[in-house]
Amino acid sequence: MTTPAEVRTREPKPDESAVLVVDNLHVAFPVLGGGSVNAVRGLSYQLRRGEALGIVGESGSGKSVSSLALMGLLPRTTRVTGSVRLDGQELLGMHDREASALRGKKISMIFQEPLSALTPVYTVGAQVSEALRVHNDISKEKALDRAVELLDLVGIPNPRDRAKAFPHEFSGGMRQRVMIAMAIANDPDVIIADEPTTALDVTIQAQILDVLQTARRETGAAVIMITHDLGVVAGLADRVLVMYAGRPVELGTTDEVYYAPRMPYTLGLLGSIPRLDASGRSALTPIEGTPPSLANLPSGCPFRPRCPLAIDICAETEPALDPVRGASHRAACHRKDEIETNGWTVTDVFPVPDLGIAEIERVPREERPAALAVEGLVKHYPLMKGVAFKRQVGTVQAVDGVDFDIREGETLGLVGESGCGKTTTLLQILELVEPQAGTIRIAGTDTRDLRGGPARKALRRDLQVVFQDPQASLDPRLPVGDVLAEPMRTHGYHKKQIDARVKELLQLVGLEPSHAGRYPQEFSGGQRQRVGIARALALEPKLVVLDEPVSALDVSIRAGVINLLMQLRAELSLSYLFVAHDLSVVRVIADRVAVMYLGRIVEIGVVDSVYASPSHPYTQALLSAIPIPDPDKERTRERIVLQGDLPSPANPPSGCRFRTRCQRFLTLTEGEKQLCIDRYPPLIPMGPDHSAACHYAEPVAVI
Amino acid sequence: MTVPSQELIGTVTAESGIEGTAALDETAVPSRGRIIFRRFIVQKSALFGLVLLVVLVLLAYVGPIIGKWDYSQPDYNSFLVTPNSSHWFGTDGTGTDLFAATMRGAQKSIIIGLLVAVLATSMAAIVGATAGYFGRWIDTVLMWIVNLLLVIPSFLIIAILSPRYHNNLTLFVVLLGMFIWQITARIVRGQTLSLREREYVLAAKYMGVSGPRIIARHILPNLASLLIIDATVNVSVAVLTETGLSFFGFGVQPPDVSLGTLIEAAQTSATTQPWLFLFPAGFLVLLLLAVNLIGQGLRDAFDPSAGVAV
Repeated sequence: MTTPAEVRTREPKPDESAVLVVDNLHVAFPVLGGGSVNAVRGLSYQLRRGEALGIVGESGSGKSVSSLALMGLLPRTTRVTGSVRLDGQELLGMHDREASALRGKKISMIFQEPLSALTPVYTVGAQVSEALRVHNDISKEKALDRAVELLDLVGIPNPRDRAKAFPHEFSGGMRQRVMIAMAIANDPDVIIADEPTTALDVTIQAQILDVLQTARRETGAAVIMITHDLGVVAGLADRVLVMYAGRPVELGTTDEVYYAPRMPYTLGLLGSIPRLDASGRSALTPIEGTPPSLANLPSGCPFRPRCPLAIDICAETEPALDPVRGASHRAACHRKDEIETNGWTVTDVFPVPDLGIAEIERVPREERPAALAVEGLVKHYPLMKGVAFKRQVGTVQAVDGVDFDIREGETLGLVGESGCGKTTTLLQILELVEPQAGTIRIAGTDTRDLRGGPARKALRRDLQVVFQDPQASLDPRLPVGDVLAEPMRTHGYHKKQIDARVKELLQLVGLEPSHAGRYPQEFSGGQRQRVGIARALALEPKLVVLDEPVSALDVSIRAGVINLLMQLRAELSLSYLFVAHDLSVVRVIADRVAVMYLGRIVEIGVVDSVYASPSHPYTQALLSAIPIPDPDKERTRERIVLQGDLPSPANPPSGCRFRTRCQRFLTLTEGEKQLCIDRYPPLIPMGPDHSAACHYAEPVAVI
Repeated sequence: MTVPSQELIGTVTAESGIEGTAALDETAVPSRGRIIFRRFIVQKSALFGLVLLVVLVLLAYVGPIIGKWDYSQPDYNSFLVTPNSSHWFGTDGTGTDLFAATMRGAQKSIIIGLLVAVLATSMAAIVGATAGYFGRWIDTVLMWIVNLLLVIPSFLIIAILSPRYHNNLTLFVVLLGMFIWQITARIVRGQTLSLREREYVLAAKYMGVSGPRIIARHILPNLASLLIIDATVNVSVAVLTETGLSFFGFGVQPPDVSLGTLIEAAQTSATTQPWLFLFPAGFLVLLLLAVNLIGQGLRDAFDPSAGVAV
């Protein structure tokens, strides 16, 4: 057995063009009471001048920690060993003062959370010019002029005025642009972008990726793009490095890694991503198990417990990152040559589960009863001002006339960006109260007719919810058995019945019945979400509302939960209202999809039709903004980048609400535009069970 | 409901890291109450605190029976004698047997301390959580009452009411309890305001769980650490406040005694006749120690992240 420290992953002699050379980097966090968490274990790579390297990994894979180590931003107690050379200059062990002279000048970083990366009490212009003045001896005025130029470069409208604004006056996307402006202020050689678009909506993500490309072109800097999203990297990176449990497990050009992965983890990761270009409802290939704890790594290959290809040697030695074919493609797997010669793909390595199909799905849609019918739903919030004497200054039109229905055994995906009203719609349905306008019918019962508590409580049995964040949706002080028993106790089940059902439920979602006495924190994120699903199923509901149920989970875990949801739907004939911002997840799980924009549905229909021929400009933009984990498709795709941010729902544009950002609107004549400005378009049928709310709707293929 | 198919179990149990499937055995699913009880008794210090409290209570009530003297019958033959075989804790300046007096005082102080603490913390928990969870007019009314009680000088009320209900211990406990819960109630309300927005509370609400049950099952257990610390602190606050009040002639009045009055009386002679001070003070220290150990144990039993090995 070899200890991790001895396993060295060598790359050939650094070539002349390398601007950054990382050699055998180890990062360990000492833990109180002895031992340490080995976050990075032997990372080596070279970054050529002007190159874009994508580092891909799940949370805890060491991808962010390794780049913080390069920047010298880790706490003092951290043990960092190895070598990092920037233009031949060793960065590790450098005095903080010397490092500060380099940070922001030769190497700069873009962080994930634009909200906390800017100081709230200084203007944006001051912060960008500070980045300039720290490293250059220039006057305040000159620095500000340059700052305005930079803000203009990253696409901030009216940069001279906006430079005087404070960070809170900027939207998330705009703040991230400011961060990029600061990062490129001094023409750095290396830009590290740590999940720069994870906190943003997809249309904003497309804008930011565009800006990053511009920044790269302008400065000629090499970019390290750290992300968990294989789609984002596909179109942007020249080479990709996959990390697992603190080790690099595969390194190669983007095409090599995406089209010929040779490490089972990479294979599984690519197979577990729901793809926009998938053909209809299909099972994903989940990687079973969870990533290992870095404080207590098993001997041998860390991926072995989850690997279907594991053999005896995998338990003994950890494979080195050795070349597969040629020098550029490397993989850390004992059986990589076998994978190479046999040409194994994802489905050869990982079993594809059979999801089954519910009886009810064989019945034509029109003949099935509706599990949920929403007609003309409206929810307006008054906007109040003043402390002692509150007065109404406006109305937030969160939901403004929404119609859809879900038949039994059917899944409707409700998609849109944050602020589009999808969560408000969902909460309105869950509240089971009379809406401000319109009707909500659940399994045929109008919520307006519900009189008194008992009737409402009875209806709740048919309608259950799974929340987004499994961390927040389970009471940390309640053992899992009690979590699952709660709905049944509330609805008057017998004690004996409850005990049996709790175990049955745990087994149903793939957990151990004997774990009923454990607290939620003893489970991993994916397992907690399974508990959340089990709780929703306790009362055998007809309709389950899923509020972004997988967006808080890691990629490899996500596939397992999506598959579980699909299996349960088939077995129990459930109907789902699946709320999500991720159109690719909806593609895989839903039968029909409704796209929301500013409180209204702009396009609705069967998934195949909507994805193949989206007819509303907003749907087209949304779909084209989502990256596909396929480098060739990604490079050749024409991306529709929307202008600006979502308007405030307190003051929506007149007529068509989308016209202010609409790419179609720009191509219309003045006369045609007038119709968009004057009238909100009704839903126009575009095909069997597919309609779009656009005066000038026409299908455009964007995938 | 159908039993899951074999491959479903096979696919997904792997995530829990356990291979194969377990049969639905007959062992009962442990409830939260049982889990907390188990987590409490495995802690040595908590168990020690509990035993200590039981011993102290037993001593306070059985002690006077086995003792040779009564606290109200002074021994006129021995003034200020040091502890000996006849007077185990010695006597004071009036010939009162200090053992009998300490035990009698302990009875009073244990009742006052524990009851006041439980009463005040429960009031704070119920009022604060109710106001915070339900909001609107309930919040307005309850907080108005809390603020009102905060500005009324409690000492004055007790001073006025005390002589009328002389020697009525229950009323004294209620009065004392009534005046120390408001600040905690406000803290509990603030915490509840943030807890009620949590998804698990929403989940319970959308399951059809009633408001009071959500407070009992989700809100208060998540405030357990705060409430338990508050209760343990309140025990000492109650005992000491009672002492202060007795000094001004309210509360426990002579010839009746409490630990507070005994300590108060012995203060001046603590250096010259230390036994007068040490025995009641020692009893009080042991009482507070026991309560604190129990409180700590309860807090860790409620908190799953406390790392209690079961």
